[in-house]
Amino acid sequence: MEFIETLLNGLSIGSTYAIIALGYTMVYGIAKMLNFAHGDVIMVGGYMIFLTMANIGNPVLGLLIAVLFCVVLGVSIEKVAYKPLRGASPLAVLITAIGVSYLLQSTAQIIFGSAPKMVVVADLGNLTIGSLTVPYYMLITLGCSVVIMVALSLFVKYTKTGRAMIAVSEDKGAAQLMGINVNAIITITFAIGSGLAAFAGFFMLMKSPSLSNTLGAMPGIKAFTAAVIGGIGSIPGAMVGGILMGIVEAISLTIPAIAPYTDAIEFLVLIVILLVRPSGILGKVRREKV
Amino acid sequence: MALLEVKDLQVYYGVIQALKGISFEVNEGEIVTLIGANGAGKTTTMQSIIGLIPTRGGSVIFDGHDITKTPCHKIVHLGMAQVPEGRRIFQELTVYENLLMGGFSQNDKSAVKQDIEKIYTRFPRLGERRNQIAGTLSGGEQQMLAMGRAMMSHPKLLLLDEPSMGLSPLLVDHVFEIIKDFRDDGTTVLLVEQNAGKSLAISDRAYVLELGQIVLSGTGAELAASDQVKKAYLGG
Ligand SMILES: Nc1ncnc2c1ncn2[C@@H]1O[C@H](COP(=O)(O)OP(=O)(O)O)[C@@H](O)[C@H]1O
Ligand SMILES: [Mg+2]
Repeated sequence: MEFIETLLNGLSIGSTYAIIALGYTMVYGIAKMLNFAHGDVIMVGGYMIFLTMANIGNPVLGLLIAVLFCVVLGVSIEKVAYKPLRGASPLAVLITAIGVSYLLQSTAQIIFGSAPKMVVVADLGNLTIGSLTVPYYMLITLGCSVVIMVALSLFVKYTKTGRAMIAVSEDKGAAQLMGINVNAIITITFAIGSGLAAFAGFFMLMKSPSLSNTLGAMPGIKAFTAAVIGGIGSIPGAMVGGILMGIVEAISLTIPAIAPYTDAIEFLVLIVILLVRPSGILGKVRREKV
Repeated sequence: MALLEVKDLQVYYGVIQALKGISFEVNEGEIVTLIGANGAGKTTTMQSIIGLIPTRGGSVIFDGHDITKTPCHKIVHLGMAQVPEGRRIFQELTVYENLLMGGFSQNDKSAVKQDIEKIYTRFPRLGERRNQIAGTLSGGEQQMLAMGRAMMSHPKLLLLDEPSMGLSPLLVDHVFEIIKDFRDDGTTVLLVEQNAGKSLAISDRAYVLELGQIVLSGTGAELAASDQVKKAYLGG
């Protein structure tokens, strides 16, 4: 029973990582940049949930407002900060993204102060079946994540826009030759990634109610690690990588001898996997175009 | 009025001028070829016409529209398509999905499906391999796919950048047959080739490009007979 509880915990942590990792991997695949500020969009989503809970008290509405706000924020960041740098050196883009990350964190601190806020999204309790006890938030996280991942996979595979995203990630020039508006696809990608970040913020606050301006920092780095483990640019890779990270984390936390080193162990997994498969679990070994 | 009118086109890569003001035109129903050695600027010409590379001077008029500063995807919607150098099919998508991408500018889904069936009729190999990942096709099949994909948008003008590159002699003949078919079905063709003999033979008119400048022009037959072309491009 304890093992099943650990596994479910791992799956719920992992699906949160996967939802964040999807944002990193899709943006990387399509805009060929590391959106360092992605984790901070989660934090902004968290504050939107906080504001809604404090004023209206409806968690579902909170999630909805957070998603909308994050979509607008993500698309605006792309337009204002990244789009002017299209074609610039990757280093310039990365430094800009780091700048955006600090901008979001500092702005949140100015507005909300540096003391953590308590955001009790809902007191959900546990599901008990025999000797098995599972918190409802885990099941909600898992259920939502599965729906999101299935929907996203179907969207990418079966809609015109989804296929255009694959085309752009493979060859921007050839995609343009098909009549695809690459800028529009990049905007859509940022919108999807940022909306997912809001979901991740919601999952995290269900799990632990403490909200500060660095809410997204560590999960952001771990989810980015998950995206790299799965193969950066690969959508199923982000899912696999995220789940793997979550399960490693949950198992490690149950073993007293290694529990304090859980973060380090997760990054060790990255190193080991990259040594065996440099392009990640599902990453393609890209041929350079001549 | 010409379908495509290129006037004094200038393109730079950094400080290096790749096109030094070239002018030419393509009339409706023609096959026009640009021949030239490696590095002459043929690909640059093709890519700047369709808006993939920015131009620094001159103008491009297509079907009555000034498209000099128009982004690529809009030019495609106006009725121009290109089979780029190296084919650039989507390696991770299936044959069918590649053709769907070719029909991206079309809004009628069932018409796109019918067009794909027509492509399968014209290229039976593609029909047999419709669900195969395109990256696993042979070079010849990939070229057929690239050409079929470009035709999916019903272009008025088709730009072909070295379609015979890397193909066996038999397949090269096949490619030139297809180009003639396209023209006979009403598509105007601008062709770039190193295979000067075969391309001049099917061309109404042709231009010779050297170091970013047009140095010679005439009908396909005239150029094939010219000493200058014979010496430089026809191996004798
Ligand atoms: N991306 C690029 N950056 C810099 N120079 C380039 C680039 N592409 C082409 N060139 C240069 O421009 C010239 C024309 O190239 P290109 O149009 O590819 O010739 P062709 O297709 O006739 O072989 C060549 O000197 C080539 O080296
Ligand atoms: Mg070329």
